[in-house]
Amino acid sequence: RVYPALRPMTTGIGSSTPNPVLKKRDDFEDVLEERRNSSDLRYALRCYTPALYKGLVPCKASMLKSIVLQSDSLQYVVGQSREAVQEEAALLLEEMAHRLQLGTIRFFAFTLSKAFKALFRGVCVNEEGIQRLQQAIQEHPVVLLPSHRSYMDFLMMSYILYTYDLALPVIAAGMDFISMKFVGEMLRMSGAFFIRRSFGGDKLYWAVFSEYVKTMLRNGYAPIEFFLEGTRSRTGKSLTPKTGLLNIVMEPFFKGEVFDVNLVPVSISYERILEESLYARELLGVPKPKESTSGLLKARRILSEDYGSMHVYFGHPVSIRSLAQGHISRSQHNLLPRHIPQKPTADTQAFVNDTAFRLVRLQEENMVLKPWVLLATLLLQNPDGMDLSTLTEQADWLRRLALAFGAFLDWPDHEPCSKVISSSLALHKNLVCVSGGRVRLVVEELPGAESATEEAGFNRAVSVLSCASYRNQILHLFVRPALIAVAMQTANCSRKDEVFNCFNFLRNVFSNEFILCPGAAVQDFEEACYLLGKCGAVQELQQDLVMSQSGQTTLAFLCSVLDPFLQGYQVVCRYLCEELEENLLENKFVPAVRSFTLQLILSGSLKCYEALSSDLQKNALAALIRLKAVRRVKAGDQVTLKVNKIAVNSLEDTLGKTNVQHINIYLYSSLLNNK
Amino acid sequence: LHSGGSTSRISSQDRLRVISGHLHQRAQDGHAAVSAQECKAEASRANPAKAAPVPKRRHDIMKWNGWGYSDSRFLFNKKGQAEFTGKRYRLSGLILPSLKDWFEGTFGANLQHKSPATPALNVSAVPPPNLNESFVEELKAAGVALSQEPEDRVFRSHGHCLHEIFALREGRISRVPDLVVWPSCHNDVVKIVELACKHNVCLIPYGGGTSVSSALECPPEETRSIVSLDTSQMNRILWIDEKNLTAHVEAGIIGQDLERQLNESGYCTGHEPDSMEFSSLGGWVATRASGMKKNIYGNIEDLVVHIKMVTPRGVIEKSCQGPRMSTGPDIHHFIMGSEGTLGVVTEVTMKIRPVPEYQKYGSIVFPNFQQGVACLREVAKQRCAPASIRLMDNEQFQFGHALKPQVSSIFTSFLDGLKKFYITKFKGFDPHHLCVATLLFEGDREKVLQHEKQVYDIAAKFGGLAAGEDNGQRGYMLTFVIAYLRDLGMDYYVIGESFETSVPWDRVLDLCRNVKERIVRECKERGVQFPPLSTCRVTQTYDAGACVYFYFAFNYRGLSDPIHVYENVEHAAREEILANGGSLSHHHGVGKLRKEWMKEAVSTVGLGMLKSVKEYVDPSNIFGNRNLL
Repeated sequence: RVYPALRPMTTGIGSSTPNPVLKKRDDFEDVLEERRNSSDLRYALRCYTPALYKGLVPCKASMLKSIVLQSDSLQYVVGQSREAVQEEAALLLEEMAHRLQLGTIRFFAFTLSKAFKALFRGVCVNEEGIQRLQQAIQEHPVVLLPSHRSYMDFLMMSYILYTYDLALPVIAAGMDFISMKFVGEMLRMSGAFFIRRSFGGDKLYWAVFSEYVKTMLRNGYAPIEFFLEGTRSRTGKSLTPKTGLLNIVMEPFFKGEVFDVNLVPVSISYERILEESLYARELLGVPKPKESTSGLLKARRILSEDYGSMHVYFGHPVSIRSLAQGHISRSQHNLLPRHIPQKPTADTQAFVNDTAFRLVRLQEENMVLKPWVLLATLLLQNPDGMDLSTLTEQADWLRRLALAFGAFLDWPDHEPCSKVISSSLALHKNLVCVSGGRVRLVVEELPGAESATEEAGFNRAVSVLSCASYRNQILHLFVRPALIAVAMQTANCSRKDEVFNCFNFLRNVFSNEFILCPGAAVQDFEEACYLLGKCGAVQELQQDLVMSQSGQTTLAFLCSVLDPFLQGYQVVCRYLCEELEENLLENKFVPAVRSFTLQLILSGSLKCYEALSSDLQKNALAALIRLKAVRRVKAGDQVTLKVNKIAVNSLEDTLGKTNVQHINIYLYSSLLNNK
Repeated sequence: LHSGGSTSRISSQDRLRVISGHLHQRAQDGHAAVSAQECKAEASRANPAKAAPVPKRRHDIMKWNGWGYSDSRFLFNKKGQAEFTGKRYRLSGLILPSLKDWFEGTFGANLQHKSPATPALNVSAVPPPNLNESFVEELKAAGVALSQEPEDRVFRSHGHCLHEIFALREGRISRVPDLVVWPSCHNDVVKIVELACKHNVCLIPYGGGTSVSSALECPPEETRSIVSLDTSQMNRILWIDEKNLTAHVEAGIIGQDLERQLNESGYCTGHEPDSMEFSSLGGWVATRASGMKKNIYGNIEDLVVHIKMVTPRGVIEKSCQGPRMSTGPDIHHFIMGSEGTLGVVTEVTMKIRPVPEYQKYGSIVFPNFQQGVACLREVAKQRCAPASIRLMDNEQFQFGHALKPQVSSIFTSFLDGLKKFYITKFKGFDPHHLCVATLLFEGDREKVLQHEKQVYDIAAKFGGLAAGEDNGQRGYMLTFVIAYLRDLGMDYYVIGESFETSVPWDRVLDLCRNVKERIVRECKERGVQFPPLSTCRVTQTYDAGACVYFYFAFNYRGLSDPIHVYENVEHAAREEILANGGSLSHHHGVGKLRKEWMKEAVSTVGLGMLKSVKEYVDPSNIFGNRNLL
């Protein structure tokens, strides 16, 4: 599968230029192609001689543990002559450490070849990215930062690195896998090391963990891989990055222990996600099944399904040294022995946070979007279904808009639009069906039950949220222009500063929902204005930002992209104002707001099923807490929420003013037809 | 040729000969003027036969646009072989067969591509002197020697930073002193400073001229007449006190003369900075110099007992020569490191020691730099460092190797081959990683041998193998010829510089790696076509850290402004040093080259303290070289 060079690439991180469209991406190569034509066994047993880091300190996995245990920093935390603590540290390390073995990798190379061939039509990798990575690995310690959408992700990463004869990574994995007896150990032997999800103030654990990671990094033991998002995104949107591990891998650079560290963002995109409906159910409150080996075996039936193709894009290595230039003074560590743990300064913290956001945005930018993503976007805006012809027409329009915004769209150019769409719909037949020329969401029917029951509503929500997880993949492209589109509606005038104020307010409200780099409001605004101007939707005048003659369609579309979120946040606000009894426990919040929302839906006063998503509800709460409309009060083990009803109410009002629901969301289609 | 190996007794004097060679005239003159006399200015001026070790017309024997003596230089002869001319040094007259290959291989240089220097000083390019006539008149009346010859002025307008020498080679002359004066004793200096204050002229003290911190550069913004105060004629040992083991010396004496003259009385100071052939006692005091044998004798601050300095406010000195005092902050520490901004050091009482009975070089090969540093750290921990211990990295080891003279016999070359085979094949050392420590032991024969064993035993724990005296001695030679080698490089489009720092032990490795890599990266980013030479050595050990010395050099063909590139790279390297916990300078000083970092280095308050001292001592900025602050 070969991509046309879509756009020239801006090197470096973040888009300081207001022109994010000018990017060039590499071509892809399908790694499964060779697997389909030659022996998997020979492939699994082939000679593996990766190029290594030039400053490598050769060391075995077992040696690594003793280096960590004897390190000054760990000894400092353990304290003098405390054997019990030392033993505890050794146990923690035992629990944590990987036991990377080539044999296990070869086993996986063989079995995964079989599995991937069954699951995917192709696994497409950008070879230039691989070449860059190979260079980077030899130069400086490398940290691989893949996006996280599926359990497949890290197996796939190691598989690809093995395929290209690159150094195998060690991977930070959540403890949950350990409970899968056999599998946990297999993963350990393929390079996973396990960290507890939360270890609060456990200084010893932190010391063992961070020293373990830093030792591997300093010695160039192996590329270190972890997920910036911390966990799999259930929504298809990138999650707000966690900075703990990023802090750890940057520290050796800050303290001068390495010359530089290369951060390599990797974007893994799936045409169909294996965990699709599982995620939707989880978002609706059906707890995630505990990882178990038998569960995994039961999942075997997924092998018989078609998951389309997947794309893995290795981004440009980002040098921490270059990023930190002018932001971090490394000499701040001159006056304290480096093994003594130091709380990062505010500057450092801000830098790491900023970097994390930039990296997630780089992941987003290189995620491949399938035609289905566009279809899902349109179908969600037409809850009653669409004529196939309308869908085709609008999809073509949306495609052009997306490309104008710089989408990394995998749309087969040589095929007619209708064919592309029908094959997309066919791949996702579990989510959509075409009958009588109309396309609609598949909703599991309940035998003989009315459509207004909780269960029916729930089933519809599953479909909507599944579909939304594809639509969400394109949100990173539209969110900034969409915030402007809504802001232009809300602002009473077309003055640019007024629009910016509204934009800034909305951006602030939604900064838990979308990846919006802290402190980059102006840059985001300018970038979005540029895009909207470029596609002819708005005109930038001296003082004003006005919709152009032909801009209505685009702006209306963009407004409706944000609509579910605006509505969802309003629902949360309403719940907090209207329903909330005094002192809601924090852990009761999601179920309570869910049932409140469900009632609204069943009563017909709310049509937005996405408001049921616990992800949205939690983000809304986090935003309210951040905006100080809600206060968390700790009492013993429990956290209660104190609501400032006036503040919440006014927020709801402001969001209500966006009036998106009153915009005729079909307007843009009619305009389109009139052209 | 130096013979009999370095194990011979009383070899300190031999070593001096190795370093400095025989200075002309001096040999015939015989004994140095070791005398306890008061200012004999008149007498010495009246007796020209008793020529000073350093002539007033320095350019008669020294290069005006390069390092050292005019008769000593490296060149590639017609056969393309490197040789060192002259008769002064151990290397003089010898062929260095491997230097060409190393030079071409390391820098991608080519003997066909020459970048020769302007052959002679173009006197007309020297700006005419801006003289303060009444000052000159009064000076003449006071009988102080002076000159306004362009050659004399140009010679004192620079130190030995790369950009200074490069400009001279290109014949570019910027602001130079307007007048050179040669006081011959303390009282002369008092007179000169008084007159300078009276007539508001700017004084720049000039000792050996070996500064590498732009300290001697005349501030271009200076509008007053600039007078270079050359201390070279104040070069007598005024007395030796054998009871207290001290010597009272005029501050203009240069290192090799001081040592030789003391040696003749059976003593030495043991202070041997790499520049000791040319640098002066006053210069050492003014820059806080460090000598390679500081492990036995100490650095300059440990060696001085009493200092006399002439300032615009008057003379500063202590009232007695007690070995240690608790009399508030030590005023010596206002003087040491003042870099000519407060006054002129005229006389110093220094500790002296009997010349050591026995001296022995040595060397140790380590499998890699890390092991070498670990060994030096252990040696420092056990406080058993020899007089000198230095660790060269692999690149520098290879550099040193390229300076091996042609071996005279097949047998020696066979032995060399055997040694190489033993280390690389039998011991499994990787020739691209191994590194060498060079050692110098001094003292009683018995104790030296004992000491030597102790150090080699420690080295063995870190995989170190004894590698012979010859390697050790050649290692030290490198430091004395490096500046001559830079001149050779500049004949072929290669420019280079050295700089140093001091750093806590735990950061030595990180600092060395990061700075070397930074240099390579900066050169690449700035369009240097061929990877630079970027190498370091650990040259001093202390209880709490070490001194690290870097060399970097590159081929500048294809660059439009090589000096600018070089300055940027050096600047970046210094930033890297500071970011890695290294100091602004261990012994070169700050001058004007590193001034911009002073505030960061000593804090705003610290800088304020120094400024207020300057403000009190020299309110009219008579000592206006604008170093340090």
